[in-house]
Amino acid sequence: MSAAAATVPVAPARVMEWLAGVSDPEIPVLSIVDLGVVRQVGWDGDCCVVTLTPTYSGCPAMREIAQDIERELQRRGIARVRIDTQLAPAWTTDWLTERGRQALRGYGIAPPAERAVDVSGIVRRRDAPAVPCPHCGAARTTLVSDFGSTACKALYRCDACREPFDYFKPH
Amino acid sequence: MDKALFESLLRWGDSPLVLSQQLAAWCGHGPALEEDLALTNVALDLLGQARLWLTLAGEVEGAGRDEDRLAYLRDAPQFRNVLLVERPNGHYGDTIARQFLFDAWHYFLLERLAGSADPRVAAIAAKSLKEAAYHVRRSSDMLIRLGDGTAHSHALMQASLEALWPYTGELFVDDEVDRELDARGVGCRPESLREPWLAHVRAVCAQATLALPDEQAAFRPAHRGGRQGRHTERLGYLLAEMQHLQRAYPGASW
Repeated sequence: MSAAAATVPVAPARVMEWLAGVSDPEIPVLSIVDLGVVRQVGWDGDCCVVTLTPTYSGCPAMREIAQDIERELQRRGIARVRIDTQLAPAWTTDWLTERGRQALRGYGIAPPAERAVDVSGIVRRRDAPAVPCPHCGAARTTLVSDFGSTACKALYRCDACREPFDYFKPH
Repeated sequence: MDKALFESLLRWGDSPLVLSQQLAAWCGHGPALEEDLALTNVALDLLGQARLWLTLAGEVEGAGRDEDRLAYLRDAPQFRNVLLVERPNGHYGDTIARQFLFDAWHYFLLERLAGSADPRVAAIAAKSLKEAAYHVRRSSDMLIRLGDGTAHSHALMQASLEALWPYTGELFVDDEVDRELDARGVGCRPESLREPWLAHVRAVCAQATLALPDEQAAFRPAHRGGRQGRHTERLGYLLAEMQHLQRAYPGASW
């Protein structure tokens, strides 16, 4: 083990810093690290292994994210990169970092207003917290549609400034 | 090869796959932009889930078939989806009623599978369950909105529910494959899902002011067999469209 460790060219923490520069293709202000999809970075011999947990099962961005990671690490001089997928535990918006939440808000997308939605209830909760408007901050907003431009978002409208906005759903 | 597991993985994957294909046909045709977005996003979730199940099915089979070969190069009798998802999209109410009946079943199925003794099955189910929970809450709300809407929408929803009802019995009929996987703690017996499913369907229909069709009408043998590969004529047409490109240009890729 110690021999293998000695050949590690770049510390995983350093690789993680580089990955923090890779953006989510759908939400460019959000890094994939802040999105919470990068579970682990390690080395398998001279191959850098990045373990990802996909967001939604059908999210088409995951493939692009994998390609962007390879490109970024190769640009940094790591020749061999492998992307592993880990399904369990399932990705949750609870893994969004505070920096990620702020980036979303600054981009006009309301971050999740609560912890991940409890899957134990088949009936919609009526006591979900208000989703403040990312534009004017007003608390009174209305759900327009359960789905927005992507699977991870819902569509809302602010009752004060009347602007529509995307809401990053708790998941 | 673990035959019972392979068979079950096809069952768990084929239903979302076929339903996803059906929902995708609404793209650009939804009655409102928001509904269009919602149906196609649900379709995307279901497609992603189907890919996970079929990928694992290919691994378990060990014959070199991947998700694409399983999806695009099997004929109708090799598909293991329930007949409910083959019912036509019809009008929007038909699609919503079908989605509601399916989502409620899917939710309870995935909830059970999330506790599977096979960690690969449990992982896919736990992930899919989060999406299914969101789907069923939405389709339940839509059923209530349309059922308890105008006199016209109410009549349409009642007719949709009755037309689809005979196809719900199949969701809860066990066979040997189910019993084997249940005994191993890997799968579950569909029959065990009926009670919670019916309780939810009954509660939502009551709120939607819709009359629950006769329970026995759901258990006619003519309306089952999808999970064993006996399908309605429609699946052939669906697959013809879904598989056309791979059949016409084998190996074509992006």
